[in-house]
Amino acid sequence: MMTKDPILKVDHLSMRFGGLMAINDLSFEAYRGDITALIGPNGAGKTTVFNCITGFYKPTMGMITMRQKAGKEFLLERMSDFEVNRDAKVARTFQNIRLFSGLTVLENLLVAQHNKLMMASGYTVLGLLGFPTYKKAAAQSIEQAKYWLDKANLTDRADDPAGDLPYGAQRRLEIARAMCTGPEFLCLDEPAAGLNPRESLALNELLRGIRSDTGTSILLIEHDMSVVMEISDHVVVLEYGQKISDGNPDHVKNDPKVIAAYLGVEDDEVEDVIAEVEGETGGAH
Amino acid sequence: MEYFVQQLVNGLTLGSIYGLIAIGYTMVYGIIGMVNFAHGDIFMLGGFSALIVYLLLLSVFGGIPIALALFVMIIVAMLMTGLWNWVIEKMAYRPLRGSFRLAPLITAIGMSIALSNFIQVTQGPRNKPIPSMVSSVYEVFGISISLKQIIIVLVTAVLLTIFWYIVNHTPLGRAQRATEQDRKMAALLGIDVDKTISITFVMGAALAAVAGTMYLMYYGVIVFTDGFTPGVKAFTAAVLGGIGSLPGAVLGGIMIGLIESLWSAYFTIDYKDVATFSILAVVLIFKPSGILGRPEVEKV
Repeated sequence: MMTKDPILKVDHLSMRFGGLMAINDLSFEAYRGDITALIGPNGAGKTTVFNCITGFYKPTMGMITMRQKAGKEFLLERMSDFEVNRDAKVARTFQNIRLFSGLTVLENLLVAQHNKLMMASGYTVLGLLGFPTYKKAAAQSIEQAKYWLDKANLTDRADDPAGDLPYGAQRRLEIARAMCTGPEFLCLDEPAAGLNPRESLALNELLRGIRSDTGTSILLIEHDMSVVMEISDHVVVLEYGQKISDGNPDHVKNDPKVIAAYLGVEDDEVEDVIAEVEGETGGAH
Repeated sequence: MEYFVQQLVNGLTLGSIYGLIAIGYTMVYGIIGMVNFAHGDIFMLGGFSALIVYLLLLSVFGGIPIALALFVMIIVAMLMTGLWNWVIEKMAYRPLRGSFRLAPLITAIGMSIALSNFIQVTQGPRNKPIPSMVSSVYEVFGISISLKQIIIVLVTAVLLTIFWYIVNHTPLGRAQRATEQDRKMAALLGIDVDKTISITFVMGAALAAVAGTMYLMYYGVIVFTDGFTPGVKAFTAAVLGGIGSLPGAVLGGIMIGLIESLWSAYFTIDYKDVATFSILAVVLIFKPSGILGRPEVEKV
């Protein structure tokens, strides 16, 4: 197997809020074409990592490097929030849905293609005069929106206000909207939260489709272990702002530190847990 | 009856000017939730720019076709006020974004005072008259309608249509509406939020410049304090129509214009402002979000 090519490199990232060290010297890599999952107990600092990556927070220390396919590198911690998306091609969704509920479903997808359209419409002036370049760009962006509407299974609701969609559909729309910005790296914050099993399956389908059709690398935070184990190629586990495990799902699943973190074992009992796990795997053979 | 219709025509004209100014208030409020109290003075500044351009045109070319003169006046005034409002936003409001809500309101009042005093110092405190630009008057069924009034109403209608189209059907308008709903999320989709807000200020200022030019043409005189009363009336119009709503701003403007002219025609002119603001109070009691305003939806 080829050595893996990192798309996102987080180096010695720390984020302090007053006296609280939310992230403490965290380093990990996400590889191109992979679905990387970031897991950990509540309050481990997962969303804070996302906020640092997408320019929401300025990290106290550390470096976040995004390397695009063409080889161009961006230091995300130095960029403002809109540049992270526009220039570095990183998109994200939120744990609580943040659609523009007053805009229609289609408009939500078009607004995500703003920069392209704004350029083509010559800052609106040429667009108002009906220049052919703008008309072409507008038609293209509608095509792009339709493609994602179809992927997210929302085509028949295109002209409804986004706020009227059921919960699961809003989640899919949010991902479709993030994809309309044309990202190389997509950060999803608990995409499966609150979904019923059927919606969860539709989501897995959508995520796999994104990876295979567009080659977009995905970083996701998820609590639903069945989703994590099912779709991710690489798992990073956080606890109290520090990385406690990193590897493929099988490796992480059997890492005693991870089990201890999730089941809440005292430090001195970790040894026992390790013995237990080893005993189990030994017994299976 | 004829008298009544005559007053309607006068009210509609006045209301159109208020409406044009009110759009600026409503757009800025819509996108950043701030009342730009300097907007009335931007309107006055637009009037003065138009005045200077007209006097320059007269002195350079002597006679010049009125339509051409008006066009040049409007364009130059739009550019001037657009530039002013862009600078004001950048210097006085942007650094305070994210601070407490009253802070930009107070700088806005400060900008208003600074602007009117700037004009007082540079242009003098006296009324500035211009020679009458348009004087044709038409008699229709016993009602006299001046060409000035027709121009004002037409210009308002055309501009409202263009701006309504921009906000609802162009990428810029979509970005404005998205920024209005969730500024952070808009930024995460790659929209340069600061730039979008700047453009909104420039658009509002451009309309105020048109209103200023129309005001100058209609009354033939302008003075440095003229930003205040029409500014407050236009703000009232924006609130009455439902702040944040573009058609609401024009509707509110026209209503205020009508109330003023009808009250002055049938009752005493001294109390016309009392009538205007009383009606505002009554409407707000029964419809707090204004006539076309959307009720505030609580975010969960």
